[in-house]
Amino acid sequence: MSTPAHPTIPENGFDFYDVSAAHVDHAEHDHETGTMLGFWIYLMSDCLIFGILFAIHAVLGQSYAAGPAPIDLFEIDKILLATAFLLLSSITYGFAVINMQQKNASAMMIWLVVTGLFGMGFLVMEVLEFEHLWHLGAGPGASAFLSSFWVLVGTHGLHVTSGVIWLVVLLVQIQKHGLTPANQRRVLCLSLFWHFLDLIWIGVFSFVYLTGVLL
Amino acid sequence: MATFTETAAGHSSDASATVHWFWGKLGWDIFPFYDPLIFGTFIMTMILAVSVAGLVLYKGWLPYLWREWLTSVDHKKIGIMYMILAVVMLVRGFADAVIMRVHQALASAGILELLPSYHYDQLFTVHGVIMIFFVAMPFITGFMNYIMPLQIGARDVAFPFLNNFSFWLTMSGAVLIMISLFVGEFAATGWLAFPPLSGLEFSPGVGMDYYLWSLNIAGIGTTLSGINLIVTIVKMRAPGMTWMRLPIFTWSSLVTNILIVASFPVLTATLALLTADRYLGTHFFTNEMGGNPMMYINLIWIWGHPEVYILIMPIFGIFSEIVPTFARKRLFGYASMVYALCVIMILSYLVWLHHFFTMGAGADVNSFFGITTMIISIPTGAKLFNWLFTMYKGRIEFELPMMWTLAFMVTFTIGGMTGVLLAVPPADYVLHNSLFLVAHFHNVIIGGVVFGVFAGITYWWPKAFGFHMDKFWGKVSLFGWVVGFYLAFMPLYILGLMGVTRRLSQFEDTFYAGYFFAAALGVGLIGLGVIAFIIQIAVSIKNRDKLACGGDPWNGRTLEWSTSSPPPYYNFAFSPRVYALDAWHHMKEHGATAPKDGFVPIHMPKNTASGIVISSFMTVMGFALIWHVWWLAALGFAASLAWGIGHTFNYNRDYYVPANQVAEIERANISPAE
Repeated sequence: MSTPAHPTIPENGFDFYDVSAAHVDHAEHDHETGTMLGFWIYLMSDCLIFGILFAIHAVLGQSYAAGPAPIDLFEIDKILLATAFLLLSSITYGFAVINMQQKNASAMMIWLVVTGLFGMGFLVMEVLEFEHLWHLGAGPGASAFLSSFWVLVGTHGLHVTSGVIWLVVLLVQIQKHGLTPANQRRVLCLSLFWHFLDLIWIGVFSFVYLTGVLL
Repeated sequence: MATFTETAAGHSSDASATVHWFWGKLGWDIFPFYDPLIFGTFIMTMILAVSVAGLVLYKGWLPYLWREWLTSVDHKKIGIMYMILAVVMLVRGFADAVIMRVHQALASAGILELLPSYHYDQLFTVHGVIMIFFVAMPFITGFMNYIMPLQIGARDVAFPFLNNFSFWLTMSGAVLIMISLFVGEFAATGWLAFPPLSGLEFSPGVGMDYYLWSLNIAGIGTTLSGINLIVTIVKMRAPGMTWMRLPIFTWSSLVTNILIVASFPVLTATLALLTADRYLGTHFFTNEMGGNPMMYINLIWIWGHPEVYILIMPIFGIFSEIVPTFARKRLFGYASMVYALCVIMILSYLVWLHHFFTMGAGADVNSFFGITTMIISIPTGAKLFNWLFTMYKGRIEFELPMMWTLAFMVTFTIGGMTGVLLAVPPADYVLHNSLFLVAHFHNVIIGGVVFGVFAGITYWWPKAFGFHMDKFWGKVSLFGWVVGFYLAFMPLYILGLMGVTRRLSQFEDTFYAGYFFAAALGVGLIGLGVIAFIIQIAVSIKNRDKLACGGDPWNGRTLEWSTSSPPPYYNFAFSPRVYALDAWHHMKEHGATAPKDGFVPIHMPKNTASGIVISSFMTVMGFALIWHVWWLAALGFAASLAWGIGHTFNYNRDYYVPANQVAEIERANISPAE
């Protein structure tokens, strides 16, 4: 019921109050669709935050302050591997959702675990990369370019971290309560979140790493 | 560097002091022993706080407050709590204004410098921050929370817990800013804290950190509340309430919340980057290592200009409800009002650069933003004409809300015209950073937002509490605010035209003293307005039996008036069906009567303590981060995360109000259509 129905004017006067008990159930149904809409809007607000960080990288991305440039720092093959982890995790999350729609809870949970492992693999790669940069003296304070790089990539990493925590919590909840409508809704919200982070990463990979190395 | 800090800050905590692992920057010097004025206020406030807390505990009100208010997810109670927060903070922000006006009057005449300049800088900063974030924002969020669900025939907002949580996050920001009055200091940078002044190098004290964490936490609450209210309007309208049957206040809420969701993340990101500059040593907005301070100013105004419209558009909505009610006519040009709101929503994103024409972006960029700024006055003007045409040939009743509306229409128009003047880039080069600008934005914010808030309070107070507000003290308050406003700010226009810049605490020339004295007198009259408003509330509560009213005291037009006053906690026993614009007016025309039986159980959300608990942890976290007490910050963060996760394990969040209980409440209420 995304738009309210137009009640037609009854022959014998207006029917001003909805006395049918049916709308009690409507209220619950509305809540479900409301959650998905609300989560979409939240994602758009988060997208705006990333939009700002990308815009800042566009402005500061070449302010090296006589320090290292992307070509000196990025090990693009390792980044490619991390990217593969994250993209694969999106596919496996898709498999989890397909299994959820087929009411196959155990297969769904296995795919969710695989998703989480890929997510953690990505995070490990990221931490290793940050450590590598730190040892090169390319910390966030070394230049405006590196500030913007660390904060953009780090913000994405923090999002993935919260995604992994959420995933673990959700697995426990599914284990406890099964595939209730509330839990299915949560799986779908996390799915949106997870794919959203993938999309952001494609932006990071293209505009920060590839552009940085190639241009 | 250190000597500069010492002399400029004087009493501020020494930035070069090593951070103790347990106490962080905290020490005995955080309390304002150095200033008898602040220390006296500190002692008085502590005594007041302790006695209020003692009274609450002694009378045994705490369980009631906790159960019925602090943990409530009822949108009406949350709305009222927002309003209370706003009124309290209004008094605080106004006190700052009084001190500033008195200081400037005395200093401009060469009599006395009441405050050291560093303290004065903190005052105008905190005044701006409080008035925008913790007065105007809670006021409009409070109105939207209370009124909007009632107007669309809904039982609550889409996410009742989130609503409670948003409120407490706002509260958390307000608490941090109040703490800064007595513990440490506040930013001395101006209300938008432009770098490099707000960077670590030039603001090494904790004041800037209070600013950042207070606004970061409150800003997240505002974004969440925006999402919540959008979903409510999109998903929870009563059957038949199509988009073009939406009451104008609800339209303005929708547009406002879209603006909130589309602009507050920018604020969050920008402040987070400044926080990174101060805490992690990054170089986003510094002068060295490739940083770019102008980028901050662009970003903060990309949020800041929509924010101006976030404040004023719900107020436009309030006036659009009040004028038809008291002119006894339907609103003139409903559709054009809706389009005007939408056009303003879009245009408000295309004007931000007019806040810094002097940046030097060049004539073509300045022309673009100057022209968009002038264009935005067209839909605003259309709205004013629509209100005028609504009143034309109407049977106008001069109740308090209508008086505030008339005061608004005259005052806001003057403010709008000076705004168009400032939109001309060459004129702005002369007038920017002058008292002319200060007079302009107070003209639109006091003449627009504040008058609108008072109009709204007097209009919906009977709905919320079941009795009218006292008319005499309301008129005194109106008189104080309106006359006081003109007396306080017209001299500032003149001073601005004569070249006096803003944020001055010292004066070489006593020539301007007369104007500053007039302004101080004006602020005294506004003080009368503030005090009269508080007396008005007290007198109204005292005489509540004499002032009692039914569900529809103003002969209103929209659905909130179809409920009893105050509405039952579930709002509507039966969802109303809507067949026309001004649904309640249409229902009354056709003799609608609420059903007396056949009640069904109502599905409602349960109260929860999670909002206040998580926000308390976040307040502790914010305080610890400000004072560099890292272990406590980590603990506060971990606790709020753990409680948040724990909250998601609670699946038992709703209940049904049994039908017989609904019947009991409905029969006890006086028939709303009396």
